[in-house]
Amino acid sequence: MTDSKQPLSDGSAPAEASSPEAPEGTTRREFIATATVGSALLLEACRHAPPVEGPPPGTAPAELEVTFKVNGQLQTLKVDPRTSLLDALRERLGLTGTKKGCDHGQCGACTVLVDGRRELSCLSLAVMHQGAEVSTVEGLAQGDTLHPLQQAFIEQDALQCGYCTSGQLMSAVGLMSEPCGASDDDVREAMSGNLCRCSAYPNIIAAIQQVRRLPKL
Amino acid sequence: MSSKIIGRPMDRVDGKLKVTGKAQYAAEYNPPGMAYAVIVQSTVPRGTVLRMQTSEAERAPGVLAVLTPRNTPKLPGADKFSAVPVLPRLTAMQDSEVLYNGQPIALVVADTFERATYAASRVRTTYVEKAASLKLEAGLERSEPALGNFGMPPPGHTRGDAAAALAAAPVRVEASYRTPTEHHNPMEPHASIAVWDDPEHLTLYDSNQGVFFMRQFLSLLFGLPPDNVRVISRYVGGGFGCKALPWPHQIMSIMAAKVVGRPVKLVLTRQQMFSLVGYRPQTLQKVELGASAQGKLTAIRHTGYSETSELDAFTEPFVNVSNMLYACPNVATSQRVVRLSASTPTFMRAPGEAPGTFAFESAMDELAHALKRDPLELRRLNHADKDPEHGKPWSSKSLLECYRWCAERFGWQRRSLQPRSMRDGDALIGWGMATATFPAFRMQASALARVMADGTAVVQCGAADLGTGAYTVFTQLAAETLGMSPEKVRMEMGDTVLPPGGLAGGSSTTATASPAIRSASNEVRRKLVQLAVADKESPLHGLAEKDIVVEDGRLSSSQDTARGETFAQLLTRQKLTHVEGKGDAAPDPAEQKFSSHAFGSHFVEVRVDEALGTVRVSRIVTAMGAGRILNPKTARSQIQGGVIFGLGMALTEETLRDPRLGRVMTADFAEYHVPVHADVPDIDVHFVEEHDPHVNPLGIKGIGEIGTTGIAAAVANAVFHATGKRVRELPITLDKLL
Repeated sequence: MTDSKQPLSDGSAPAEASSPEAPEGTTRREFIATATVGSALLLEACRHAPPVEGPPPGTAPAELEVTFKVNGQLQTLKVDPRTSLLDALRERLGLTGTKKGCDHGQCGACTVLVDGRRELSCLSLAVMHQGAEVSTVEGLAQGDTLHPLQQAFIEQDALQCGYCTSGQLMSAVGLMSEPCGASDDDVREAMSGNLCRCSAYPNIIAAIQQVRRLPKL
Repeated sequence: MSSKIIGRPMDRVDGKLKVTGKAQYAAEYNPPGMAYAVIVQSTVPRGTVLRMQTSEAERAPGVLAVLTPRNTPKLPGADKFSAVPVLPRLTAMQDSEVLYNGQPIALVVADTFERATYAASRVRTTYVEKAASLKLEAGLERSEPALGNFGMPPPGHTRGDAAAALAAAPVRVEASYRTPTEHHNPMEPHASIAVWDDPEHLTLYDSNQGVFFMRQFLSLLFGLPPDNVRVISRYVGGGFGCKALPWPHQIMSIMAAKVVGRPVKLVLTRQQMFSLVGYRPQTLQKVELGASAQGKLTAIRHTGYSETSELDAFTEPFVNVSNMLYACPNVATSQRVVRLSASTPTFMRAPGEAPGTFAFESAMDELAHALKRDPLELRRLNHADKDPEHGKPWSSKSLLECYRWCAERFGWQRRSLQPRSMRDGDALIGWGMATATFPAFRMQASALARVMADGTAVVQCGAADLGTGAYTVFTQLAAETLGMSPEKVRMEMGDTVLPPGGLAGGSSTTATASPAIRSASNEVRRKLVQLAVADKESPLHGLAEKDIVVEDGRLSSSQDTARGETFAQLLTRQKLTHVEGKGDAAPDPAEQKFSSHAFGSHFVEVRVDEALGTVRVSRIVTAMGAGRILNPKTARSQIQGGVIFGLGMALTEETLRDPRLGRVMTADFAEYHVPVHADVPDIDVHFVEEHDPHVNPLGIKGIGEIGTTGIAAAVANAVFHATGKRVRELPITLDKLL
């Protein structure tokens, strides 16, 4: 897993910074590597998390309590410790904007921001996010005013079926504060963990670049 | 028809819902008391279930039911499967036979997804194993003649004497091609939520390409009147063919909901999508071409095999393109299928045309090389001015203009004829091209349009938008016909309470539903005009109907546009809640006098690193002559998406089954490689303006699939031009170039 305390550069970093090996990269390769440790994570979480009520020794607790913020709102849930952050959002909080495409960290549809960094919500357990700030696609717009990326996605027709769109958007939001080079190729590399089977790829890149070229506020 | 709204590059009307996460897909409904089901699959390719140990699963926390072949309810209409040709045979735990690895053999239902998933892992099964047929090549001797899918004619065609013409041809090429099994992999997994509203009424939230088709199937299978079944599929996260027909999970979710007496949600995992739903079958193809010394085709022979399951004789009709793509007097094409211990294949974006154009357009490139002629010139020389298969005129055809536009845009005249003759540093550069084609047809549909007293309109048609832009183009069409701003028109689709729309298949959605929507909207417009001129209190009273202009939700006099009133004023004064119109549309027999196809061309540049064997597509120029384009923005996305779908086919996509166990070994995105951002260059897409007065009333041809035809050949031809290596087996992975 990557170090979340890694300082972010000013965006003028060399292209290598967004290569698959870079700590901030969220490429498919990294997703896959992470996927293979998914079950290990699950075991770890079950081992270390304090049980809510004392089940008999040796048995997993039926439910654990976790509190985190989602789009600024404090949420406390009692969840099966096996519940992924993705399923907690979709099945427990009714926030179905975040999508399940593969449940293995290979498609990016479930991308959310956790404490400002993009993360695959299918690959992390809900109970690992005690005290975290989670941002989902439902939190991007301010009332009726769309986030500039949402607006750009519509203008550039950067979506078709719409199922990968939330993940593409959240990944793009995360990308904005990552050291990514200026070229289309840099963005393509940094977005390659987000699959789009309708293949709106060129339009997604156009939308992201349109927003990146806007004057900084 | 004037075109103030139709033909405009309007933003997608469902765009805002989709970028805010509010578009609701099948798995995102939450009926009270919903339980979760998880499918258990067979682990042997062929055999009989001997024993299933389910007690541990049944005892696991939260489990409501474990269904196996022993206790699964019998389906009242299961015996009707074979009687109805449009319905595939499916396995849904009706017996203990295992016909492929990954077949559904049990279903676990629990109160949460986690508990159902865990309990499903505790089901233990023992089998009596039987010999399985797993390899296409090993089954050629027992192959069967290919049938037509669902009542279509079998693939294959004979005209003239191809054998004699081949023997006499001064120039001949003969080659065998292979395309692998491929999976659609829409981003949204197949999902169903089954709700029994009462013992005789069923609601299914489902991700599919045609709610009415699904309803027909389910009502038959469960012995219910069609009106007792409601299927809802408002937003579909991609289909590409694999959500057209029903699969076992729909049936299983419904059975489970009956058994546990609660709504049941069943979502396939990505891995399960490689064995519980269809795929494009692998093909073995042989193409023989004969030509004069000048390059005129004198003979075409195209034959081959595709795989199917033991359940259903689905055919990938790949020879059909060879029958009609070029002028040639002597043609013989035919196909056979081989039954394997595998799940049933199905339609996948450009079924037949995608693998068929790979083989045939590769062979044309081989012929050009044998003749030492430019591949584009060879195609121009053999252009079919009328449909050579049926002898009919084309309803319209702009292929030569597509070639011209692409060649100029691409800079084709700078191409050197010799392979391996273009370089950029270490990279070998290759330029290849191919023709694209897809037939145009339409089905039946009905629509309803309603202008409301508040000045808005609702237009309904139970068609499907899989991300194609159908919601948007239908809104444009209705708005223009009604004389309203598109912002005031709400399009409703994907629900069997709406008037029947067609199935989203064969690139036919727009051609099918548009005439019905236009006709319904026209009726409303006519009624509004009639109401106004007959109403003494209307400023338009007494005017002739033909002197009324309808624009922007307002009726006015064509002599004096200040004289008039809005729809809302008229309806409010008349104390009407709405004015309604209905429209029906079906193919007109007169359309059969013509052959209707969309045509196009792809020009592709590849860069090959010879030391590594890697192929990068660096440039694609595509032109399409595809009839009337209702929205160039969404249409461009459709073609671009189709092209990239074809890039995956060309370079990366391949489903592999274990040769001993028959289990899919590439059952996730780490092993099955669909194109990603970094694989895709900018794609230059151009629509040739084409007015087709014959294809259907609106001149629409359909653009969902043609983008995927020809592209794999264009890439393979470019790879040959770059390297001198002819890759006849997809995907073109690096091992084939080293």
